[in-house]
Amino acid sequence: MAYSFPEEVLEHVFSFISSEKDRNAVSLVCKSWYEMERWCRRRIFVGNCYAVNPKIMIRRFPEVKSIELKGKPHFADFNLVPEGWGGYVYPWIVEIARGYPCLEEIRLKRMVVTDESLELISKSFKNFKVLVLSSCEGFSTDGLAAIAANCRNLRVLELRECEVEDLSGHWLSHFPDSCTSLESLNIACLLSEVSFSALERLVARSPNLKTLRLNRNVPLEKLSTLLQLAPQLVEFGTGVYSAEIRSDVYASLTEAFSGCKNLKGLSGFWEVIPAYLPAFYSVCSRLTTLNLSYATAQSPELTKIVSQCHNLQRLLVCLDAYLYPIQVLDYIEDTGLNALALSCKDLQELRVFPSDPFVADANVLLTEQGLVSVSEGCPKLQSVLYFCRQMSNSALITIANNRPNLTCFRLCILEPRAPDYVTFEPLDAGFGAIVENCKQLRRLSMSGLLTDRVFEHIGTHGKKLDMLSVAFAGESDLGLHHVLSGCDSLRKLEIRDCPFGDKALLANASKLETMRSLWMSSCGVSFGACKLLGEKMPGLNVEVIDERENLDSLHESCPVEKLYIYRTVAGQRWGSNKVLKKALLVKESD
Amino acid sequence: MDRKRSSLNLFEDIDLNYKATELRLGLPGTDDQPEIKTSLSGNKRSSSEMESSTCTDENESRSASPTKEQVVGWPPVRSYRRNIVQGKKESSEMGSGMYVKVSMDGAPYLRKVDLKMYRSYEELMEGLQKMFKCIIGLYSEREGYNGSQHAPTYEDKDGDWMLVGDVPWEMFITSCKRLRIMKASEARGLDDSL
Repeated sequence: MAYSFPEEVLEHVFSFISSEKDRNAVSLVCKSWYEMERWCRRRIFVGNCYAVNPKIMIRRFPEVKSIELKGKPHFADFNLVPEGWGGYVYPWIVEIARGYPCLEEIRLKRMVVTDESLELISKSFKNFKVLVLSSCEGFSTDGLAAIAANCRNLRVLELRECEVEDLSGHWLSHFPDSCTSLESLNIACLLSEVSFSALERLVARSPNLKTLRLNRNVPLEKLSTLLQLAPQLVEFGTGVYSAEIRSDVYASLTEAFSGCKNLKGLSGFWEVIPAYLPAFYSVCSRLTTLNLSYATAQSPELTKIVSQCHNLQRLLVCLDAYLYPIQVLDYIEDTGLNALALSCKDLQELRVFPSDPFVADANVLLTEQGLVSVSEGCPKLQSVLYFCRQMSNSALITIANNRPNLTCFRLCILEPRAPDYVTFEPLDAGFGAIVENCKQLRRLSMSGLLTDRVFEHIGTHGKKLDMLSVAFAGESDLGLHHVLSGCDSLRKLEIRDCPFGDKALLANASKLETMRSLWMSSCGVSFGACKLLGEKMPGLNVEVIDERENLDSLHESCPVEKLYIYRTVAGQRWGSNKVLKKALLVKESD
Repeated sequence: MDRKRSSLNLFEDIDLNYKATELRLGLPGTDDQPEIKTSLSGNKRSSSEMESSTCTDENESRSASPTKEQVVGWPPVRSYRRNIVQGKKESSEMGSGMYVKVSMDGAPYLRKVDLKMYRSYEELMEGLQKMFKCIIGLYSEREGYNGSQHAPTYEDKDGDWMLVGDVPWEMFITSCKRLRIMKASEARGLDDSL
């Protein structure tokens, strides 16, 4: 066409387009754009590894440098997905080893990664640079040794909250002396000791190392050694932050921290001895991220720390009860979260974990006040994850009014179906205010006593909602119907223990094809409805996960234990069975 | 984006029956809860308890008997994080036996149990029996698990497979790496070698 741009110009323009969504939009404009785009796409994100198969991907995008894959549904994090369900990465690695010899980056989340897979990765990609495994399992330190030994140009090795079988701490020694390219190393989730001398030598020969996250076993006394070898660090994760109190250790640690002029993020801090905390005060004013969530913070210490972190954008803490304001007559006790509200005006993300979520202790009272304070004091607050024992509609409404810019709001009231603790009413109005005021809300997790009314609010106002998590809520199918019919942007919906049955699901069947996935467990969806859905909707896989005996003779009207529905172009997972039945502890062979 | 919902809706004739779904501010544990929610038995409370007590009262009554039977996956705290917190609290007990995998011969899926949730072999057997819907029975020194169809075994720190019940409970939870419920016939071989 005479009037169109030459290919080289278009390609150049496309090279500035990095977002997945934009790339996908570009490819839909016309055939020639589709062709051009597919040749120059370098990064692929597959949100559900069963939605597409690698052969299709390789055929369409021949020159990819970076792949990100996600496997198990989110509720796998809370032990709701049985072992053997799937998420095996090996078949993908086999295909991409063949199709993308120049691949440089692999990022996996919630997948089962075997040592075999790691070995194959280490040997198949000559220019491999980045391996990030988040919430993965199935591999051991032997697999890590293969990566260390064979990936000559490795820049990033991050294990984020993975379950790794610790066979030996010596895997780190497999990094050859010639490997000096490391920029990021995260071994925080490893349970056993790594060889410290190997670690020391590795850090010493990695001048580009910006991120170093140690595991628990690296003792406090050794931290200063490492920090002095890598003063250029931007992110640092300590090991256990406790040791015998010795002034020489304290002094060298203080000096080492003050030498780190670029440090912006701190994490680790398993088991804190408060006396050692001031050692890192010199870096507080530069910190943008602080993760103290592995140690229960005590109020005075937390207050001191956050009061110095004026540039803090992201804070993760684990809180004990008495941190929350306790109204004694007219006096409200100062607390860590109050201090946060006063000092950290740049705060964007707050995550508060409970220190002992499973023990109902009479003296422990996690309240809503801390969150209300922070919502008042921190104008840039966008993302919240908050565990507490009590909540009220008025607090939620206050938060919604204070922070209409919230994009992610996840509230977990520890007791299922807990009502407003003041009025004993459901929390419909509170959560309703959140969705109504926070027009950019993309992610919402709810808890407490909730009727169908809250779902009506969500369906009416949650137009930008991308992911919704619901537990022990609702009264009827109407609730689910409101969400499925009203939330235009909904892609991920996960539901547990709600009285939702067949009607809403079947009435909104076509909506499911516009979403990535739907998870429903301990609800009331019948086996018959699942089969019907599977038969009528060829673009969906309808998986019934049910561990009862005699699944073959399950009556049509019987509710299934767990249900996972997702759209796919890869066809059924197992032969032509529309509904996954049982006995599937086999490794995938295709 | 074109919302083709109405034309692709294959189930338009499904009547949502709004009348039957009158909104009520019902409390949990009332009639309209479906039968299947067996996992919630530990958390349902009677309506009188809810209305009359404050939060602290509830907490007090519950701390008297810590809940053994917790709802699976609730609160939504990752086991990674739970283990860390619990490990800190109970470090005196040498907490290396937290979540262990449990398999049963013939069952399609593995499960995981938190050994910290149980205080004795009896409780563990009860938990396993409920989980796998099988009968294990109790261990007797003389006869092992003879008399039942299944026998629980575990892999210890040294990689050996042992019959569950032969060592004191405290020792068991620190050395147990994984559990396997075998068919009784296979387990007899283990028994002989002890």
